[in-house]
Amino acid sequence: MMLRASLLALCAALPAAADEIWVSNEKDDTISVIDVETLEVVRTIDVGERPRGITFSKDYSVLYVCASDDDSVQVIDPETGRVLHDLPSGEDPEQFVLAPDDRHLYIANEDDAITTVVDTESRTVVAQIDVGIEPEGMAISPDGKVAITTSETTNMAHWIDTESQKLFANTLVDSRPRHAEFVKEGSEMWVSSEIGGTITVFDAATQAEKSKIDFEVQGVHPDRVQPVGFEFTAGDTHAFVALGPSNHVAVVNAETYEVEDYILVGRRVWHMDFNRDRSLLFTTNGVSGDVTVIDVAKREAIKTIKVGRFPWGAAFRPTN
Amino acid sequence: MRCTIAAATAALFLSLPAAAEVTVSVHYLAVERELPPTLSNLDPRPERLGLDGAAVALDDNATTGRFMGQTYTLSETVVPLGDDVVEAARAALAETPLLVVDGPTEALLAIADLPEADGALIFNATEGDVALRGDACRANVLHTIPSTAMRTDALAQFLVKKRWDDLPLIAGAHPQDMAYASALERSLTKFGLSVGDRKDWVFDADMRRNASQEVPLFTQDLGDYDALLVADELGDFGRYILYNTWEARPIAGSEGLSAVTWAPVVEQWGAVQLQNRFEEAAGREMAPEDYGAWAAVRAIGEAVTRTNSADPAVLRDFLLSDGFELAGFKGRPLTFRAWNGQLRQPIPLVHPRALVALAPLEGFLHQRTELDTLGIDEPESTCTAFN
Repeated sequence: MMLRASLLALCAALPAAADEIWVSNEKDDTISVIDVETLEVVRTIDVGERPRGITFSKDYSVLYVCASDDDSVQVIDPETGRVLHDLPSGEDPEQFVLAPDDRHLYIANEDDAITTVVDTESRTVVAQIDVGIEPEGMAISPDGKVAITTSETTNMAHWIDTESQKLFANTLVDSRPRHAEFVKEGSEMWVSSEIGGTITVFDAATQAEKSKIDFEVQGVHPDRVQPVGFEFTAGDTHAFVALGPSNHVAVVNAETYEVEDYILVGRRVWHMDFNRDRSLLFTTNGVSGDVTVIDVAKREAIKTIKVGRFPWGAAFRPTN
Repeated sequence: MRCTIAAATAALFLSLPAAAEVTVSVHYLAVERELPPTLSNLDPRPERLGLDGAAVALDDNATTGRFMGQTYTLSETVVPLGDDVVEAARAALAETPLLVVDGPTEALLAIADLPEADGALIFNATEGDVALRGDACRANVLHTIPSTAMRTDALAQFLVKKRWDDLPLIAGAHPQDMAYASALERSLTKFGLSVGDRKDWVFDADMRRNASQEVPLFTQDLGDYDALLVADELGDFGRYILYNTWEARPIAGSEGLSAVTWAPVVEQWGAVQLQNRFEEAAGREMAPEDYGAWAAVRAIGEAVTRTNSADPAVLRDFLLSDGFELAGFKGRPLTFRAWNGQLRQPIPLVHPRALVALAPLEGFLHQRTELDTLGIDEPESTCTAFN
């Protein structure tokens, strides 16, 4: 009893100590949970086959996991790590985005050229939308009115009107678009093109191309500089962009669209997430099987954390 | 045999405002080749080898086309052995200037040199003959299948990396085996190695019964060496060499560790998606010929998407320009060599169970792109049709 009481007291004294970064390990069928204070893996959770996209509900009460080879989205209790139930997801779910209503998941079905919309409460599919070949990147506008699917082989961003669940625009981007995000309160929409080696910035209101960002890593052939995941610092002032097999993360000024820095990380970096105050960034490095921790202010890699095989997605979880 | 297998509909989906309606017809012309019998029947040649790859690419193109107001069709002709290739090609060219050809060198040249083919755009989807990228190159022929030299260069890089430099060769007697053996010799020389003792495969016994007795003796006089090279491009005897050599050594070339255009074991770089799509459509695993045909039809699709044109001259200019890049599931963009129309591409080094390495290997440098360490580079090219 004494021990328990003192532990409780310790936890109460250090409320932020247990914030976590959850990382899906594509080829281990697990999730590694990293403590953002100690920067160590504190838990490993078994999930379905080939976990890729992961995201928490708005109140962090459940975790959604794309279990690609199980053809389902798993709903997991983050406290216990147990699977609560599966959601119907369509075939081969790869990535998804949770709508601002905290209820609808927009899921890219990679093998089926379909975007599936699932109601997480009724656990039913409410719409399926035909998109291009190999849909992957998913985004939704802050007002929830527009969803985006990017298709890797069709090389487009598909703009979905979430009220009618129909496409209202299709915009070409460079080869193999992987990730999409609405930024600056939804006024811009960014899409990374892995093989094209660029990020295209769209004006969200007109779907017109506003800018294109190129990357150049010293000593790495341009073919191997392959932008995939990206996330924004507080206020959307800067984007951190994972550059795949070039093993670097780029820091892009989101106002001038110029690259300000390149940070060396682990091998084949794909996705990332920040801690609570966005002072630390955690990147998933597939080939080296680890996570690089970046000090955002210093723009330096400060630690490497071994996780499972082929880490793919990352998601932040506050614990209080 | 002629049929039309797919057409996309454009009207169902919203297209880009500026896109005009474009219809793109591609004809796939397969010229049957004489195939000598092989010792084993384990690997029958799929009936729609190559064609299935073109069909999957057409679906890929058609999906993009739905959003762009572009419609794609694929028709096909198979010319049986002994039938008139030229006549079939004339009929195909009367239908469309965009041809994908699965045929031997003579057939390709006969087609490319037809007056009707002047201004056409022909893709060599399956023939690795180095001559087609050299003296016998044609301005209207692009190659989506790697040349044999690209494959043997890939293997040579691996041998250099492993520091395996004592390399005897067993070669079959078919012209394809000879060509592969010559390409191997050229590649080894290029990378500072050389072929050691060479033995020709002369047995005509059925190796399924007695390989374990004959191959040890056959390889005994090779003495010590690092790896044994095998030139057996038709898959005749090579499979019986493995584990039967006098000395326990790795096998490379047509058998064992092979440098290939594509293989079912390629799963990185998103390749598993293409493999899945192909297997679902064709009911079998994707072979190199399928990849060559897939890349040809996808290259056409990519060029049409970016230029919004089906004019072969416009497409050719774009394909050979810096603007073109194909996401070919090999980890980097694929582009065409401006000096001979060869599609640059990484070459997987595989065994039947896994990818061993992807060439170009690290450390093999080139001033333009490391991909040009594979195959005929610009300074050594004898092709003049692209000048």
